[in-house]
Amino acid sequence: MSIFSKFKNRDRKHRKSYGGSRAGAFFLFLVLILLGVFMIFPIYLSVIQSIKPPQELFEFPPKLYAVNPTDQNYTDMMKLVGSQWVPFSRYAFNSVVIAVSVTVLQLVFASSAAYALAKVKFPGVKFFNKLITLALLFTSQVLFIMQYLVMASLNLIDTLAAVILPAISTAMGLFLMIQFMGQIHDAMIEAAKLDGASHIRICWQIVMPNVKPAWLTLMIFAFQGAWQINGYAFIYSEQLKPIPAVLQQIATEVIKRAGVAAATVVIMMVPPIVLFLIAQSNIIETMAQSGIKD
Amino acid sequence: MLSKEKTKYIEDSRFKYTLREIKKNASVYLLIAPFFLLFIVFLVVPILISLPIGFTNFDMVQFPKWVGMDNFYTLFLQDEVFLIAIKNTMIFAFITGPVGYMMCFLLAWAINEMPKFLKTLFTFVFYAPTLAGNIYTTWQLIFSGDTYGILNSWLIQLGIINGPIQWLTDANYILTSVIIVQIWMSLGAGFLAIRAGLQGIDRSYYEAGAIDGIKNRTQELLYITVPSMGPQLLFAAVMTITGSFTAGDIGRFLTAFPSTDYAAHTIMTHAYDYGYIRFEMGYASAICFILFIVMLFANSLIRRILGRYLND
Repeated sequence: MSIFSKFKNRDRKHRKSYGGSRAGAFFLFLVLILLGVFMIFPIYLSVIQSIKPPQELFEFPPKLYAVNPTDQNYTDMMKLVGSQWVPFSRYAFNSVVIAVSVTVLQLVFASSAAYALAKVKFPGVKFFNKLITLALLFTSQVLFIMQYLVMASLNLIDTLAAVILPAISTAMGLFLMIQFMGQIHDAMIEAAKLDGASHIRICWQIVMPNVKPAWLTLMIFAFQGAWQINGYAFIYSEQLKPIPAVLQQIATEVIKRAGVAAATVVIMMVPPIVLFLIAQSNIIETMAQSGIKD
Repeated sequence: MLSKEKTKYIEDSRFKYTLREIKKNASVYLLIAPFFLLFIVFLVVPILISLPIGFTNFDMVQFPKWVGMDNFYTLFLQDEVFLIAIKNTMIFAFITGPVGYMMCFLLAWAINEMPKFLKTLFTFVFYAPTLAGNIYTTWQLIFSGDTYGILNSWLIQLGIINGPIQWLTDANYILTSVIIVQIWMSLGAGFLAIRAGLQGIDRSYYEAGAIDGIKNRTQELLYITVPSMGPQLLFAAVMTITGSFTAGDIGRFLTAFPSTDYAAHTIMTHAYDYGYIRFEMGYASAICFILFIVMLFANSLIRRILGRYLND
């Protein structure tokens, strides 16, 4: 069954296209479009909610567009944020510091560790691999108390480090990188070793360029996760709080203002979306290089 | 003939051999040190401290009191709500798990041959529910039980129903509504990993396949694409397992908590109830411990199924 053989794609130049019915391709495209609408509809809806004036928020039948679009919810939101005694730029600064340092450090640390665990045989490699799998499957509602105890004993409570450090080493990030690096042919690494390259050089100059889709994907996960950190349990000083904390404060403070709440949700999703689009188009670009793993 | 070095290894005791290997690989430990230092301090240590809590009574005020297996006896023999939670978690996992997993793979594959722009667009659209953070709260507008609810207003206008349906509070509809939202969010990390994996498959495999007599796209999928995607398929499977067994947040937010007749009550919401509302931390840990065992089991099952595609 050929789905998109009708698209002439330069990436597919080496590939044989197998014949298939046009009706089938069209049908599948239709299914994808419908699914896409289902996926995007709630997001579209919250954008619309955020530009509706209050009187349009509750009418029957509910409209899927704003009759008189307004930026009132956004200006209200900014006014509320501005009424906090800490300026908005301070919250934004904290958020950027958290998100950028978590993303960069996670990429560097997880990639290095993943190379060692996936490609080097050394005493303890099985133990560390097992540890990651177990940690991946462990979720607990009491974990945060224990984490609090650890932070307190390290004197980290009420510092940005308290939210940055634990977010860097995620089992999921390492597991992702291990899975991708495991696919790299050993021959390539052996060749580099014979040329006298150290493990660090092999990891960063040979393996990393070959798993570009993997670390770009990890970058999306890391940023997306770090951007949402609100630091409730570990940060009390207003001047150290990130944007999600203050947005949640104003969205609940003001008696259930549906419009303002929608505006905060929309504002929060912009940075991850921008990063996602940049990363994804780079991932798709890598397809053009053929013979990636030999 | 054995080289001098190898004979020496054999003569050495196991311990000495290990020590020598550690010395030889010293630089490797430097590579894993930064990650595992943070990992052990902020995750492994808290997990290890929290494990025994399940065997205690712990209210966060007094020091935990050892009660042995009591929490577990209570869970299975007296706590009827827990049994409902297990039932719901299983229904949840067995529907959202396989459906979500198939969607991750099939959709990632279906858009793989598209031109760049369409591919980026569809990847974005499918991943958007996960990317956009707390956006699932918008489903409240859709499933709202009054006539302002989008779904109700559509169904009323189409004449399918006469009055509004309480999608999120009528026990007959709750589980279905929550499952729909869960599936809507299922194209997450696993989907992106599979997308990235598809980008990395060596094009020459397909050429070779065509020469070796692969006749159509389905054969190509089964004999080339799936076998070269083992690691990504495993990653997606593990993500799906953790996602579907720990489901609960969405239901807890959308339906009133606790939901009518506990219709959306899962193991995770049960643990939330005891951990965050009643502060019975010992009991909550016992619940999470059982969940952990269940997930370990599901994980080893998946590894067995995908085993032949994995490189280790």
